[in-house]
Amino acid sequence: MKRLILILALLATPVLAVQPDEMLADPALEARARAISRDIRCPVCQGETIDDSNAPISRDLRLIIRERLVAGDSDAEVVEFIVSRYGEGVLFNPPAEGANLVLWLAGPALLLIGIGVAVAANRRRVVPETTLSAAEESRLQEILKE
Amino acid sequence: MIVELGHFTLILALMVALVQSTLPLWGAERNNAGLMALAAPAAVLQLGLVATSFAALTWAFVVSDFSLAVVVSNSHTLKPILYKVSGVWGNHEGSLLLWVLILATYGAAVALFGGGLPARLKARVLAVQGMIGVAFLLFLLLTSNPFWRLEFPPLDGQDLNPLLQDPGLAFHPPFLYLGYVGLSMAFSFAVAALIEGRVDAAWARWVRPWTLAAWVFLTIGIALGSWWAYYELGWGGFWFWDPVENASFMPWLLAAALLHSAIVVEKRESLKAWTILLAIMAFGFSLIGTFIVRSGVITSVHAFANDPERGVFILMILGFFTGGALILFALRAGVMEARGVFGLVSRESAIVANNILLSVACFVVFIGTIWPLVGTLLLKRDLSVGEPFFNAAFSPFMVALALLLPIGAMLAWKRGDAGRSLRTLVPALLLALALGALGYAMQTGRTALGPVGLALGAWVALGALTDLWLRTGRGAMAGRFARLLRLPRADWGKATAHLGLGVTIFAVSAMLAWKIEDIRVVQVGETFPLGAYEVRLDKVEEVEGPNYTSTMGWMTVTRDGAPVAVLSPEKRIYPVAQMPTTEAAIDYGFLRDIYLVLGDRQASGGWAVRSYIEPFANWLWAGCIIMALGGLLSLSDRRYRVAAGARKPAARLAGQVPAE
Repeated sequence: MKRLILILALLATPVLAVQPDEMLADPALEARARAISRDIRCPVCQGETIDDSNAPISRDLRLIIRERLVAGDSDAEVVEFIVSRYGEGVLFNPPAEGANLVLWLAGPALLLIGIGVAVAANRRRVVPETTLSAAEESRLQEILKE
Repeated sequence: MIVELGHFTLILALMVALVQSTLPLWGAERNNAGLMALAAPAAVLQLGLVATSFAALTWAFVVSDFSLAVVVSNSHTLKPILYKVSGVWGNHEGSLLLWVLILATYGAAVALFGGGLPARLKARVLAVQGMIGVAFLLFLLLTSNPFWRLEFPPLDGQDLNPLLQDPGLAFHPPFLYLGYVGLSMAFSFAVAALIEGRVDAAWARWVRPWTLAAWVFLTIGIALGSWWAYYELGWGGFWFWDPVENASFMPWLLAAALLHSAIVVEKRESLKAWTILLAIMAFGFSLIGTFIVRSGVITSVHAFANDPERGVFILMILGFFTGGALILFALRAGVMEARGVFGLVSRESAIVANNILLSVACFVVFIGTIWPLVGTLLLKRDLSVGEPFFNAAFSPFMVALALLLPIGAMLAWKRGDAGRSLRTLVPALLLALALGALGYAMQTGRTALGPVGLALGAWVALGALTDLWLRTGRGAMAGRFARLLRLPRADWGKATAHLGLGVTIFAVSAMLAWKIEDIRVVQVGETFPLGAYEVRLDKVEEVEGPNYTSTMGWMTVTRDGAPVAVLSPEKRIYPVAQMPTTEAAIDYGFLRDIYLVLGDRQASGGWAVRSYIEPFANWLWAGCIIMALGGLLSLSDRRYRVAAGARKPAARLAGQVPAE
């Protein structure tokens, strides 16, 4: 239980994640830094971005991002830099390549299948109405004659 | 003694549930009226026993009986009485007992108010409901017994997680559970219908109110949770795409699909097999949700209590019920032959489109939620999926849904005319586009999200109003207004719920697009600009609360010198739980919330302050409330009262459970 409380204490207060003293003076660079840090998972707290997390390592990562940006790296290079050190698990937005294609394409694929099945089922349902069996046909003729 | 009584009645409830799940089923098979009649009293008795058990646990919390392990871990003598009571379900064991209590309540509601049901169907429904009861009572007693005594009781408890000591969260789990478990009703009816081999309009008329009630509760529960996250976590957001949030969102999406497809079964005797499948899947996703929350297999910030052994047990329950029901479905679905046929352009087809989009959206949320697990188990890779993925992969389906909704809702049954529906919607379309353009012109940034969301939300909302107005027919204005008031409640419910969806769509995009954030160090006495406002930090002082100490800031918000509000954001420390929390101070407004968070004292002497302008935040909760209201209106429609008498049990549930 103590451990749980400790974990909760670490996890549950994503407050004041980005501290004023971390922020860059240049608003354009700072905005890029914020955008990057919103897509990076805090390596020790699973469910949070480093932008929301107040774990020390998240602060370090936020500072690294800003350092790289100030040094003139592009956004992609900064992300590359972090992934090369902490692994692809820190990416909250898995790139649509390799096995991750399944993740990205599952929804559209299911949509197409769904539409296909629905249209096919609709066709199947419509057919019996238009064709009458021989018995019904003769009955219809009888009614029409009367 | 009272605790032992609660424990004992819980075991008795299991025995009763065993009887309820077997004998009536056999009776229905052998056409034995006596055995079938056993189901109703068993369901009522089960409720009585579980309620006694729940009351006993509540009593233990209220009097702080620290010989119980759960009470020690989750309560404290100094805690306010409201949170002593809400502490009953603020933990794994107690929340499962609440789960079982609600399950039994639904069962008893069918037993008491299901007089109009055919005896055989009623017996089978209650038997399936009984089986779910057996599974969860076993789970409760074997892995998560709340009545576990301690040999050496401590003098005081370890307190409830302070984040959970909040009125919003006190009632969030009960509503969610009412929703989750409400879907068990749809499931029981679906399985009973499969055993019976018959689905007709009367069946749908029985299933729909339960689904509707479950959906209303889920809507309220999710909105409460989101509101809590918004004001309690102090981060200015309202939705994480966290696994636990997704767990409640997936059943919501499927319940929304189910309550639409059940209309087609009721009115047109079509889509029967699909509706049955949806009912099974909707409850399946409730179980998956329970599994995700309770097993801790997918890491989450909500991981309050989890345990692999419990996860395996829930997985077994999930496998047995969804697997069993799906096998039954595969065997019997062919029997359910559709009677109504419909053209490709018709209300039925529009509802099929709604169902496809909602199901696919649910599937996207599902695969995104379990993808990290797939990565670990199958790909041997450490993968994360978060907000960017969900925003990109989920939203297109919602946009498509919103685009189609007003047109589809106005199509005629069987064979519609899309051109005619569109023509009547031209004013709504033009107005929505104009609003979008206005939003684009008025915003400061260059984001497309805000204007598009505004146009889309307005399109859905105005479309709903157009639909309602056209239902009054032709003729003089006065006559139409009179007819408007006499329209069936179901029509009002439909328009209201769709209107609520439009408002919600708009509010979500507005909050995401137009939020203003400011982070800075502020000295006491200093004023800083925030959007159109100025904020001054007047003072910071220490305050003692009942079971916490607080650092409280006093901040004055002005606009062009005129006072707007005095807000006091806090940082609290709960000494017993050794846990800090942040209480954001919010000035709620019609068009915007001003949201202030006090941070740490800086070395330079000032305080870190985070401030937000949250545009249209209240519209988000209002949108959810309007949606839920639409559901309630629909639920109160005359045909359910006359045909099924199902409104009463639902209303009774809403009033009864939190009171216990």
